[in-house]
Amino acid sequence: MALLAPPAPASAPSHPRDVFLPGNSQRQSRLGALRRRLRWPLGIYTTPVAILFLWEILARAGVLKPTYAPAPSDILTTTVELWRDGILGPDLAISLQRAGIGLAIGLAIGIVTGVLGGFLRTGEYLFNGVAQIFNTIPLLAVLPLFVVWFGIDELTKVLLIAFGAGVPMYLNLFAAIRGVDQRLIEMARTTGAGPWRVVTRVLVPGALPGFLVGLRFSLAYSILGLVAAETVNADEGLGFLITQAQTYLQTNKVFVGLVIYSILGLLADQLVRALERVLLRWRPSYEAV
Amino acid sequence: MTAALRTQAGVLVEQVVRKFGDRVVLDHLDLAIDEDELVVLLGPSGCGKSTLLRLLAGLDEPDGGRIEVSADRAIVFQGDRLLPWQRVLRNVTLGLRGPDADERARKALAEVNLAGREKAWPKQLSGGEAQRVALARALVSEPELVLLDEPFAALDAITRLRMHDLVRALRRKHHASMLLVTHDVDEAIALADRIVVMSNGRIGDAHTVNLSPAEREASVAREELRAALLSDLGLASQH
Repeated sequence: MALLAPPAPASAPSHPRDVFLPGNSQRQSRLGALRRRLRWPLGIYTTPVAILFLWEILARAGVLKPTYAPAPSDILTTTVELWRDGILGPDLAISLQRAGIGLAIGLAIGIVTGVLGGFLRTGEYLFNGVAQIFNTIPLLAVLPLFVVWFGIDELTKVLLIAFGAGVPMYLNLFAAIRGVDQRLIEMARTTGAGPWRVVTRVLVPGALPGFLVGLRFSLAYSILGLVAAETVNADEGLGFLITQAQTYLQTNKVFVGLVIYSILGLLADQLVRALERVLLRWRPSYEAV
Repeated sequence: MTAALRTQAGVLVEQVVRKFGDRVVLDHLDLAIDEDELVVLLGPSGCGKSTLLRLLAGLDEPDGGRIEVSADRAIVFQGDRLLPWQRVLRNVTLGLRGPDADERARKALAEVNLAGREKAWPKQLSGGEAQRVALARALVSEPELVLLDEPFAALDAITRLRMHDLVRALRRKHHASMLLVTHDVDEAIALADRIVVMSNGRIGDAHTVNLSPAEREASVAREELRAALLSDLGLASQH
């Protein structure tokens, strides 16, 4: 019996020790959950909402002038007014249509070239150089050129958005396909899987994380492209709303446009997050503490 | 020639040469594995064991000589090499065709004691479980030749012993030639019909193992074999 007992501490414990107990962590987790809930009640939206609150208070207190930055509540009423007057609805619709068409074209080209470039050496030689060059050209810098080439109508706007969306999709998809673990491809071939199986079960799912990164960039850049495109000779759309409001110094209307752009960005992010949750369930990722 | 007699053999390697730059890794190596025979290829790290196995698998080409293997072969790699984005069942059906693929995969998983884990993701498996899935993936196609490249090297000692039992059980059901590459002398004794020791790019000594499972665990013959293998590996002083 005496042998089973732990050796008596010969001296005072000089080293710090950790003790882990079951009850301890459970209580802490419930408390921790409550504390997390209190600390971050709205998740990632906590900071934006906090900023809005501060902004509202400062505006009401008269620190911020309405021509400078109108209160969020003012922006909200303006939005509702514009919607009721039948101005915002059609403008938003036309903007979304441009973004949608541009995004569809950009993604289609980006995905097709990305897949060809990723799978085939010929495809890489054909597209990679051009894509790398395009990648360093700023969207705003090509805008004047597009106006000269494609006119000042819808075509320029749609193509600008497509340009913004296509390039990051190509680059990310190419890198993702080339980044699939060679050992897995080798393994798949030894099981007797044909080329089609290797593509559908190894390369495509293996490239999916990179594809979603590309999609995230494409969505963001298509909205950037939309903003840039709509500031040029638009007579309808969100950009037009902003430019016109700017001319008449209607700061609240400018903010309405900006808010809608930012909501579009937020929605795009949420969309990709949702896709990631479904498509990348298999991934053992780091979950932040 | 003996080649005519051995056309049914699982593996026939004649005078195979493999070089990496100036370094000759396989130097006119000969090896034959009979049908239904389990040969263990023993050698220290970096002696060219895996190089030979990759040649037999058709993953690399020899620089000289001739290799004849069954076209119906499967490989178990050192790591499990499971597709992380496919559930266990789909990992096993990777190379299968036909409507009964799922059923066969289920059966193969049951054989490696993983029935009920079909829907798990690879990230949810322990190391031993993952390697058992890899084993099921190799055996599900009923291959004539199974090549195993240090398949249990990354597992802990207890799991490794269980895997040895599993391999013995599987050999009773599946009739295939097997080549198992390892640097573990005890693993070689536990599993082999014949142990060949590799040195200087060739097959050195060969030992036929005619021991019962009990004798493989503990017997005078086992200790003698172990001593002989260690001496072949140049570790004679250690026994």
